[in-house]
Amino acid sequence: MAPSGPLVWRVAELDGVPAADSLGDEVFFPTRARYIEVATALCRAGFVTCSDLCAVDYLTHPDRALPEAVRPERFEVVVNLLSHAEVRRARLRVMVPEDDPVCPTLFSVYPGTENMEREAYDLMGIRFVGHPDPSRILLPQDWEGHPLRRDYGTGRVPVQFKEAPGPR
Amino acid sequence: MRQADPDARAAGDPEVAEPGDLAARARLVAETDEGSQQLVRSDETGRTELLIEQGGVLRIPESDALDPDAADATFGAGETMILNVGPQHPSTHGVLRMMVELQGERVLRSKPVIGYLHTGMEKTGEQLTYVQGATNVTRMDYLSPLHNELVYSLAVEKLLGVEIPPRATWIRMLMCELNRISSHVMWAATNGMDLASTSMMIFGIRERDLVLQFFEKVTGLRMNHNYIRPGGVAADLPDGWEDDVEAVVDTVGARLGDYDNLLTGQPIFRERTEGVGVVPAELLVALSATGPLLRAAGVPWDLRRATPYLAYSEVDFDVIVGSAGDCFDRYAVRLNEVRESIRIVRQILEKMPPGDYRTQDKKVTPPPRARIDESMEALIHHFKLFTGGIEPPEGEVYVAVESPRGELGCYLVSDGSNRPMRMHIRAPSFVNLQSVPALLRGGLLADMIAILSSVDPVLGDVDR
Repeated sequence: MAPSGPLVWRVAELDGVPAADSLGDEVFFPTRARYIEVATALCRAGFVTCSDLCAVDYLTHPDRALPEAVRPERFEVVVNLLSHAEVRRARLRVMVPEDDPVCPTLFSVYPGTENMEREAYDLMGIRFVGHPDPSRILLPQDWEGHPLRRDYGTGRVPVQFKEAPGPR
Repeated sequence: MRQADPDARAAGDPEVAEPGDLAARARLVAETDEGSQQLVRSDETGRTELLIEQGGVLRIPESDALDPDAADATFGAGETMILNVGPQHPSTHGVLRMMVELQGERVLRSKPVIGYLHTGMEKTGEQLTYVQGATNVTRMDYLSPLHNELVYSLAVEKLLGVEIPPRATWIRMLMCELNRISSHVMWAATNGMDLASTSMMIFGIRERDLVLQFFEKVTGLRMNHNYIRPGGVAADLPDGWEDDVEAVVDTVGARLGDYDNLLTGQPIFRERTEGVGVVPAELLVALSATGPLLRAAGVPWDLRRATPYLAYSEVDFDVIVGSAGDCFDRYAVRLNEVRESIRIVRQILEKMPPGDYRTQDKKVTPPPRARIDESMEALIHHFKLFTGGIEPPEGEVYVAVESPRGELGCYLVSDGSNRPMRMHIRAPSFVNLQSVPALLRGGLLADMIAILSSVDPVLGDVDR
């Protein structure tokens, strides 16, 4: 089935949500307050699968191209939704400020985001409020910091081995 | 020995930045510690988490709300046992660690614990230029390296907006389909091994080796090829490649019959796989599962057909769909996908167009070695490409391809420099692993091995 016109025509919740076209993909910029509402509406409109969720740190690139109504923040949570019936993808980009890196969880709408949100927390330090199991997923439980942040250095962090003796 | 503490530096807190400050360190750990990664006793687990571990998270279309009260925590201490399997266990296909709570032989709940192979490849991807990036991504899913290179290259090319010559596209398709064959026969081998069919292990590895020998001839390496690169492929196919490919697909095609004789009709194999690990398709859709796992449950979703990339719209193939969604269907789907891949490869043999194997865009493709000696311009282009590199315009892009394990996606953010600002790989194994608690629920412990194997997680892909 071919894509049938802009999504805002049939998803009322998208009304007023800034939208953009990124190299042919439909991108929406809901606020954190409206994020779950928009995702729920899209889920009802046939976007039944969340194929991907990740966080991006724009620390070094704050002046990126965004629609006028969107205030840039350091972090973004990027969600890729997929509709099997329409063969169509929709992307949500949610601004998350640096001083309050918190975002509501999408788990109740898309249970498949469970691992992805844990990964985003683990590596980027975005807290997903309401996530049932917000523990770290890839790094050890006692790891400090969130390595995918742009201000987390590389190449100079010693490998952590628990209870390892000092240098030989 | 103390590691750099970027969180503290970012916050500008001099007290925390001071090395050796144990109180501050303890505070930081407390702030970032979100609890145990392991499966803990059921009376210490949150209701929703318990429901996930029991595989009961089902998004019912009418009501989006979860009912955590549906979680079953009635078993008292002493009646059940938490068993740890892995990370060093031959049936976990690498360093996957499964924790299962058992009552007798029955699995009450389970949790995959991962991260043992995490090497921070997404971070590494941000340090490497676009030219170097393919060497990094190819090491993620080590059983289908070419698909990783493909999705990365497609993402870079989409950002750049370059056109790829038809021959490069068809070479990519040939290599990816051969890779799918090698990955699936390798899966058949390990699956056979898990279910105590050791001859299958030898058969599968033998067939995979045929493909890897061809890969070695083309790319120079058996794994981690760095063959598909932004702009095309690294080298043209060697002389006589048609004969080699024909020999490979003829042999593998004929030997698939052996697999059928060995496994498909074999009562013990069917007993162990039929009706094992069945969940409704809607649940798998809600859990974002893709690939043979989803198709075996009856959802005809294959990105090669749904959103044709490369030249998949020009070849004829069937999307294999199962009906029961059990371990046997997942076996049958993969086995028949090998047959479909062979079909595609045969069509590629007929239709392979002549021409360039990489784009002639000087900003993307280095000039041939011989040109550097005679052309100043070629020397400059070569120097610019390998010191600076490709500089795509600002933007972000998500590209997905169908890897042997499911939807392999690449989300790339460019800030206009020669390195990606963010490179995220949507790993199919990582996402498919979420379905494991649902598949295991209520089954026998012995079935866990069959189910884990049928999901086909590759731990390099899971942990990246």
